[in-house]
Amino acid sequence: MTDNTRRRFLKTLLAGGGMATLTGCDYLSEKPWFRDTLAQSEKLSDAVQHAITPRKAMAREFTPADISPRFRANGTTDPEGAEYRALAANGFRDYRLKVGGMVENPMTLDLAAIRALPSRTQITRHDCVEGWSAIGQWTGARLSALVEQARPQPEARYLVFHCADRYGRSDSPYYESIDMEDAHHPQTLLAYELNGEPLPIANGAPLRLRVERQLGYKMAKYVMAIEVVDRFDHIGRGKGGFWEDRGYAWYAGI
Amino acid sequence: MARTRLKTVYRHPLPVRIGHWVNALCLLILLLSGLQIFNAHPHLYWGSASDFESPWLSIDYHWSRDDGYSGWTRVYDWQADTTGVLGASPGADGELEGRAFPAWLTIPGSRWLAMGRSWHFFFAWILVINASLFLIWALFAGHLKRLVPTVEDWRGFGQSVIDHLRLRHPTGEAATRYNILQKLAYLTVIFGLGGLIVLTGLCMSPRMDTVLEPVLEFFGGRQSARSIHFLAASGFVLFVAIHLFEVIVSGPVNQLRSMITGYFRYHDHATGVASNRENRHDG
Repeated sequence: MTDNTRRRFLKTLLAGGGMATLTGCDYLSEKPWFRDTLAQSEKLSDAVQHAITPRKAMAREFTPADISPRFRANGTTDPEGAEYRALAANGFRDYRLKVGGMVENPMTLDLAAIRALPSRTQITRHDCVEGWSAIGQWTGARLSALVEQARPQPEARYLVFHCADRYGRSDSPYYESIDMEDAHHPQTLLAYELNGEPLPIANGAPLRLRVERQLGYKMAKYVMAIEVVDRFDHIGRGKGGFWEDRGYAWYAGI
Repeated sequence: MARTRLKTVYRHPLPVRIGHWVNALCLLILLLSGLQIFNAHPHLYWGSASDFESPWLSIDYHWSRDDGYSGWTRVYDWQADTTGVLGASPGADGELEGRAFPAWLTIPGSRWLAMGRSWHFFFAWILVINASLFLIWALFAGHLKRLVPTVEDWRGFGQSVIDHLRLRHPTGEAATRYNILQKLAYLTVIFGLGGLIVLTGLCMSPRMDTVLEPVLEFFGGRQSARSIHFLAASGFVLFVAIHLFEVIVSGPVNQLRSMITGYFRYHDHATGVASNRENRHDG
């Protein structure tokens, strides 16, 4: 081969190889078996991260000077449902949080009862799956206190949060789920205040979940009910959350 | 010419070859799926949180009813219209759409963050496993020693820089050993860039941050870590570009074959005084 033909051959090989790689990747991305294969690494990340970080390892807490001037609101910022509209119009005075499922003591709490639970205030960094971060001060009821009052049955493994919003044009309501480890973590809150003010509607009023060691999409806003379960494959499309049902990982610690 | 003999030497042991190609595949997929992830929020910041008013790098678009999409790229105070490639580029239907990196540079091609993350994390694990196995093998097989510059290497540093700039490459038996710039490049990439990109990647994990706080502090916060991750990836792109260039100018067929079969061919200088110039075709 002369240098020229060689060069042309290599160029064709590179360009052709590049195109084939991308087309191949798109083709594979559509195949359920391939998606499932890739998703296996989520289990590895989950297992390894849990093995090398303590169960109660705390997310960093910042100082008031670090608080972001504007806490970006993502996902739904103003739920449209009539029921939610009515609650919001009345300052959430008629709001009731239902706690049920596999618990010995099902409960219905109004905001005063939730505010009476042991609380915590923390300034933490919120990491969106898109890549941005914002720092805010959250005040809320410790989820562990609520869970202890509800007394989950021994088989219970997850908490499912049912929300008032339907994201975008979706006809399915938002929901999320976390495991008992996160439910009992001291920084896991049902937050009702952001930066010392009542939680704005854009950020999830009247109650949103804070799970500080995971990404933003786990932190359900507009929480209406908590269901304690041993599995979640019968809820939504079965993956444990609105975004999980749309391809995102259930474990969002990464 | 008559005094040189074509010799074949077994240059790259199997672990090097496997490691090399697994690495190449992982880096390509990690880069392209990384650009998909970047596209979900095409702005980079310094610090812990995102100051939305002042990213240091943005690749975004304008849209108006009259003019449609136009893409722009801003780095600090420098801004340029990059329509067609960055910010706004043709989608599957050939029409311009707003997206930071174009479809032909992202995995998957369409806007699909969840799938991009899936690709990215899967191949990040393969890369880390591959790199760990390679390092363990390299340590025990004495391969790392081949990468450590010798005193003699350092003495030839200036000459090596000049030779590289003139695209003049070692011939004969010398071509079968790593030269000083190669050694430095490989060491910098493996331990410098490689370490940096893995650490900054881990620093973006909120769960890992519970134990990586000192490292995060060192980088300057999570958004800084994201920026450095992007810059380290750019460093890899630069390395691969130079690497491919060097392969092409130093005999691509011979180089490629040696990284596939292990066997490298070179002209043995029988007299030991043959000039470099005469023997400069090593393919």
